[in-house]
Amino acid sequence: MSQKIEEDQKKPYLVLQNASKRYGGVVALDGVDLTILPGEVHGLVGENGSGKSTLVKIITGVVRPEKGAKVEISGQKVEIANPFDAFRLGIYVVHQDLSLFPNLSVAENIFSHRYLEKAQKLVNWKEIKAEATRVMDKLGVDIDPEIEVSRLSVADQQLVAISRAIAVDARFIILDEPTSSLTRKEVIRLFAFIRELKARNISILFISHRLDEVLEISDRITVLRDGKKVGTFQREEVDKKRLSFLMTGKEISSRPVEAGAYPREEEILRVENLTKKGHYEKISFSLYQGEILGLIGPRGSGRTELALTLFGLNPPDEGKIYFEGKPQVISSNQVAIGLGIGYVPENRLVQGLVLDHSVENNLVITVLDQIINGMGLIDFQKKRSVAEKAVQEFNIKTESMEAPVKNLSGGNQQKVVLAKWILTSPHLLILDTPTHGVDVAAKESIYQSIRELSQKNLSLIFISDEETEVLNNCDRILVMKNGQIIREFSPAEVSEEELRKIILE
Amino acid sequence: MINKKIFQQTEFYLLGIIIVLSFFLTLVNPKFLTLENWFDMLRSNTFLGILALGELVVLISGGIDVSFTATATIAQYIMGLIITTYYIDNVLVAFLIPIPIGIALGAINGILVYYTKAHPVIITISTLNAFFGFLMFFSGGKWIYNFPPSFRNFSRVQLFSLTNPQGVKYGFSIFILIWIILAIFTWVILKYFPIGRKIYAMGGNMEAARRAGFNIFRVQLFVYCFMGALAGLASFVHASLNQMIQPNSLVGGELDVLAAVILGGASVFGGSGSALGAFLGVLLIAIIKNGLILMKASAYWHEVIMGAIIVVAAGISAYQRKSQAKREGEILVQ
Repeated sequence: MSQKIEEDQKKPYLVLQNASKRYGGVVALDGVDLTILPGEVHGLVGENGSGKSTLVKIITGVVRPEKGAKVEISGQKVEIANPFDAFRLGIYVVHQDLSLFPNLSVAENIFSHRYLEKAQKLVNWKEIKAEATRVMDKLGVDIDPEIEVSRLSVADQQLVAISRAIAVDARFIILDEPTSSLTRKEVIRLFAFIRELKARNISILFISHRLDEVLEISDRITVLRDGKKVGTFQREEVDKKRLSFLMTGKEISSRPVEAGAYPREEEILRVENLTKKGHYEKISFSLYQGEILGLIGPRGSGRTELALTLFGLNPPDEGKIYFEGKPQVISSNQVAIGLGIGYVPENRLVQGLVLDHSVENNLVITVLDQIINGMGLIDFQKKRSVAEKAVQEFNIKTESMEAPVKNLSGGNQQKVVLAKWILTSPHLLILDTPTHGVDVAAKESIYQSIRELSQKNLSLIFISDEETEVLNNCDRILVMKNGQIIREFSPAEVSEEELRKIILE
Repeated sequence: MINKKIFQQTEFYLLGIIIVLSFFLTLVNPKFLTLENWFDMLRSNTFLGILALGELVVLISGGIDVSFTATATIAQYIMGLIITTYYIDNVLVAFLIPIPIGIALGAINGILVYYTKAHPVIITISTLNAFFGFLMFFSGGKWIYNFPPSFRNFSRVQLFSLTNPQGVKYGFSIFILIWIILAIFTWVILKYFPIGRKIYAMGGNMEAARRAGFNIFRVQLFVYCFMGALAGLASFVHASLNQMIQPNSLVGGELDVLAAVILGGASVFGGSGSALGAFLGVLLIAIIKNGLILMKASAYWHEVIMGAIIVVAAGISAYQRKSQAKREGEILVQ
């Protein structure tokens, strides 16, 4: 109760009322209110397409809301007609891609807004360095101001991007998916930093798909669904399950795999002492038919490098690979595909799909030689039937076969990538963080597909960052760290907290 | 700390290569390492050197310009027509004519690049052909010579002159001075003017530059106009050195300039490069050409070597990008 009184005394920094936005006939945002208090971390969650980015665009002046919306900053009614208005009012977005200049120094990146000033003074390099150092010292960021940004880790780049917001005296910083490419350790550091900002009375809007993290850092959480606000909740009022429910309107149950349910019969893959200098060393493990093998470990642990080796894109220095009982040298991805190994890459948007091409064309790209007619030309009827079958089987939601893949939701895009590989009827499929950046409901349908595939006797290697998902979906879990496999578990042997601890240690 | 930084820079390696190459060329032909040869070499590469400074700025911004030879030809042709037709015996006037012409043609490139959003290589190949076509149509390919005396005398101006052991006079041409001043000017713009920093920023991350509120159009316009202005200036130097203007003598020489700038450390992906690097790049190419002449190699070898230099220099730069991405923990999959 006392907390409530305290909050009532704080005058909100930003009050947004009745914000709506229509694109053509589609309502992207429908009468949303948002109040941001000074010095609060405000979580914003919602599935893809729930209106989060539209809301941010309205706050930052990138799009104008429909008539009837009202914005107040520190009690004063204001108009945010363009990004410069937002900037002047102290609102600053740190985009997911960070929008830094990789070829410039840390100091110059922090200072770059000064180049916008009307009075064109000569650049004073000492002043740039001093100012950047001052801002970073204030925030406790310890990065060499003269180093080029491209040489920093993503986590450090993020701190530079946020320091830049402080350099322009931002009062309200919007962090869009700030943790999506950070390791757990880096996330902890970022959160310490966010608390530092909070102590300086700076407000934060924390947008993320990772509900655990939203719950960890936020004071209050606003949930959007289908363009409408479900509500703003105190941190204590909600938990992960409740948030998922509020976001989707559905009770989402992640049911764990039964312990020991999986019989180990036929070995499909065995790796012995596989080593690649600087990537991983002395990797040995086996994979059985129909098994889902979880491979969990922080970014940079060598998990992706190992996966690429199995797919022939990162030849090992030493060690043996046995596939279906025979020793194999997988020297290229053609060899891997020939053996029946499929790989769904980490960044589906960049590596897995041709975004401007149709759903149909994306689906058949791996099986072009199976849909040709006698003259060696593509048989369009075969092509259509193959693609239609895949769309049905994977329940891909698309308005038509000709629709470009970029129009699909994230979850459905991921399904297209999966389907594309299943069409090659692989024996082993490697999924590299398949649920990265995907919302809760879509995640669940991906897990569903994975389980169905394993029931059809397909073996899977499931690379992941999330303890929960490997525990709930894998038959066996390998923990990878610093290029080595350090532990092996069955999901029943270990709790989520224990697993997290082992990974972090 | 500072030492480490020097070792990481292209300029350092270029200087090393230049010294080693000079050493070998001197062994082959002692004439190479004489002031006379160097003054002559620098003077005859001033045209290339000035153009390289313009191209450098375009490359840093993330663009590319291959139309500058046509721009230079038009600028010098109009200048030649004016000073011979009206017989203007004043170097300063002659000097000032080609620059605004270059800026105007550069502005056309800048506007087209910004508004069409097409790749600048496509835009400037098109304008190269269009500009050149116009010139050939209106000039009929006629040469211009018989310039006023002041224009002729200017090409012989030397800061100081010396006499070699055989009694032949040589000296430090005014054109070398112009080149060096322009190099310093370009360096200052890039390093100390906000527009220069915006050019680097835009070349490094166009989207971030847009989000930071930089006026992309103004930066692009500046970049292509700067290239145009230098093309105009270079065309004056070229006409003065040769005492003759041929409409078809410059077009086709774009590759030498690109080779020099890329060799000097500018990336075709934008965001990197320096005036010193562009200067050294031109110097290295000049030395290679000079060496080929001193070794009496066929002129066709020049072309082969220029092509090879671009492939090697651009290849190294792309390789560095890739290994840098690897260091950051990403793996590039084709």
